[in-house]
Amino acid sequence: MAGIGIRDVVKRYGDTKVIHGVSIDVADGEFIVIVGPSGCGKSTLLRMVAGLEEITGGEVAIDGRVVNRLEPKDRNIAMVFQNYALYPHMSVYDNMAYGLKIAGLSKDAIRERVDKAARMLQLEPYLDRKPRQLSGGQRQRVAMGRCIVREPAAFLFDEPLSNLDAKLRVQMRLEIKQLQRSLGTTALYVTHDQVEAMTLADRLVVMNGGVAEQIDTPMNVYLHPATTFVAGFIGSPAMNFMPGRLGGDGRAITLDTGAPLRALPEPIVGHGGEKPVTIGVRPEHLALVGQPEAELTLRARVVETLGADTLVHGVLLDKDAAIVPVAGEGGEVLAARLPGNVTVREGDTLPLRVAEGALHVFDRETGRRLADV
Amino acid sequence: MHKKVTFRGFALPVALLLPQLVVTAIFFLWPAGQALYQSVLRQDAFGLRTTYVGLANFERLFSDPLYLNSFQVTVVFSLAVTFLGLAIALLLATMADRVIKGASGYKTLLIMPYAVAPAVAGVLWWFLFNPSIGLFAHTLRALGIDWNHLLNGDQALILVVIAAVWKQISYNFLFFLAGLQAIPRSLVEAAAIDGAGPMKRFWTIVFPLLSPTAFFLLVVNVTYAFFDTFQIIHATTSGGPGQSTTILVYKVYSDGFVGLDLGSSAAQSVVLMAIVIVLTFVQFRYIERRVQY
Ligand SMILES: Nc1ncnc2c1ncn2[C@@H]1O[C@H](COP(=O)(O)OP(=O)(O)O)[C@@H](O)[C@H]1O
Ligand SMILES: [Mg+2]
Repeated sequence: MAGIGIRDVVKRYGDTKVIHGVSIDVADGEFIVIVGPSGCGKSTLLRMVAGLEEITGGEVAIDGRVVNRLEPKDRNIAMVFQNYALYPHMSVYDNMAYGLKIAGLSKDAIRERVDKAARMLQLEPYLDRKPRQLSGGQRQRVAMGRCIVREPAAFLFDEPLSNLDAKLRVQMRLEIKQLQRSLGTTALYVTHDQVEAMTLADRLVVMNGGVAEQIDTPMNVYLHPATTFVAGFIGSPAMNFMPGRLGGDGRAITLDTGAPLRALPEPIVGHGGEKPVTIGVRPEHLALVGQPEAELTLRARVVETLGADTLVHGVLLDKDAAIVPVAGEGGEVLAARLPGNVTVREGDTLPLRVAEGALHVFDRETGRRLADV
Repeated sequence: MHKKVTFRGFALPVALLLPQLVVTAIFFLWPAGQALYQSVLRQDAFGLRTTYVGLANFERLFSDPLYLNSFQVTVVFSLAVTFLGLAIALLLATMADRVIKGASGYKTLLIMPYAVAPAVAGVLWWFLFNPSIGLFAHTLRALGIDWNHLLNGDQALILVVIAAVWKQISYNFLFFLAGLQAIPRSLVEAAAIDGAGPMKRFWTIVFPLLSPTAFFLLVVNVTYAFFDTFQIIHATTSGGPGQSTTILVYKVYSDGFVGLDLGSSAAQSVVLMAIVIVLTFVQFRYIERRVQY
């Protein structure tokens, strides 16, 4: 068992740079999830750790040892692939035993380890079957088993659940988490699914365009997103964004319409005077209030009743009831997640207030967070 | 879902089957029947009288040392052609699978021999190895090997093997390459992580997954070596020297059409038919079963 150090890692394919210097320190036994949209370089990063892809620049260390020049087999890692990559001509048993045979373990030792893993993964009845005779979830478990038996320093997962149906995905997600906890093995897990990321991770790495935009616990990423990208990517329905301004005092926040929101308790250090900002609010942090306390007014356009919640999609109104253009998930529309017992009809005007600390202010030019109020 | 259509009556199904049946009958069954019929007859030297001789043609055949020698030549030739043709094509395909730059040019070059007519291929190799004017023969002589396939039977056999293999490599290469490219990269990567080196990966992962392709090619290549190499041999050595490159198919031709011994030629054809049946049976019955996964 060991930590993984990823330091200023860069990847170039010819002239195209796909990873622009990523650094992650993975502690021993930690479960790190790398999440980001398709094509942002998650797999490339993982494959560089595995040794399947050459590292153009920077350093990868496993258990304190730099592995840049080592073959995959010498890195003491195991990997689960998206398509499971089970050897189709071998039985489940042989799939799991393959690496151990190569490592030169005795027949008894191999049997013992495979049996143990099979018991853990409830694969005992299937040891003689070929992969094609298994269901998706069982194949997934065999792929896990193949990793476990080798007792590696770290598990690497590349979107291991994306070929499963929704229900099985939830179940396997739990199993992977429990397994990792009980074995205490360091895990690096790649996914584009933010729910998977939130539920599995000890810490999240949110990637975008070959850059790690934020590395933190799921809750901190959710509560204090470092950039507008992270804010929009994590959370469902996505965060609402509105154009606004930071006052010259570095404290006052106003919407572009002139409607004042709230002031920051302290001026932002080095704010550089009045500037355009992006204001972000999560749909679940909007609450229906009386008109006097209202910060935002929404006119409902579409109401979705989900039972526990009522999701209202509407347009933002200024104090003269004119529509204010915003840039939300649905274009000009903002979303508010209200309790299920609130009755809202299309066309209703809703006075809303943002929860304390849930108003995120981002620099409009750089997209970086300035403050949360 | 597709629905099974059942035709009523008798006339329509027969009409639909007729073209196939006619072709089979005229081009396969009738010649086969003729061969069977001829194999129990004997004609005199002038073709004037034909007598029924029972199995005498076969008895004569199997006591003829030249015929038994031809059997041996065929076995050596077929094994060599099949093995070399498959092995070299597999090697080339494995290498082509890794090539990224200029891959299509490389592949096109490898496929070109297939477009060369067998007779032309035979002549080409005849030229290259011609003892007096051939480039390769010259080079070999410079290396101290006295190349003269017009006199040396073993060298003649090597020459026809080279020509026959060269002609067939393209075909094998194409199938092997397609087979290799159908193997997911992640399997090989998983094996690499599991600790297998390149050779181990090839023999334990890649090759077993290629075995259906390899089996198919085995059948095709054995058939090719047995029956389709006539033109190459005809153009390169004409079966010589002294019948050292006369494989069974070639002997059917030379005894029947050159030697004009129709009875013996027909009996040889019947033996060949029997061999085809046995080969096909053995291949599908015993080998194919092992390559399923
Ligand atoms: N072999 C390659 N050659 C060139 N570009 C590549 C290669 N592999 C991946 N890329 C590029 O690198 C980027 C990141 O790819 P990848 O790591 O697979 O993304 P993700 O796993 O996040 O979806 C993509 O833009 C992709 O086009
Ligand atoms: Mg990927």
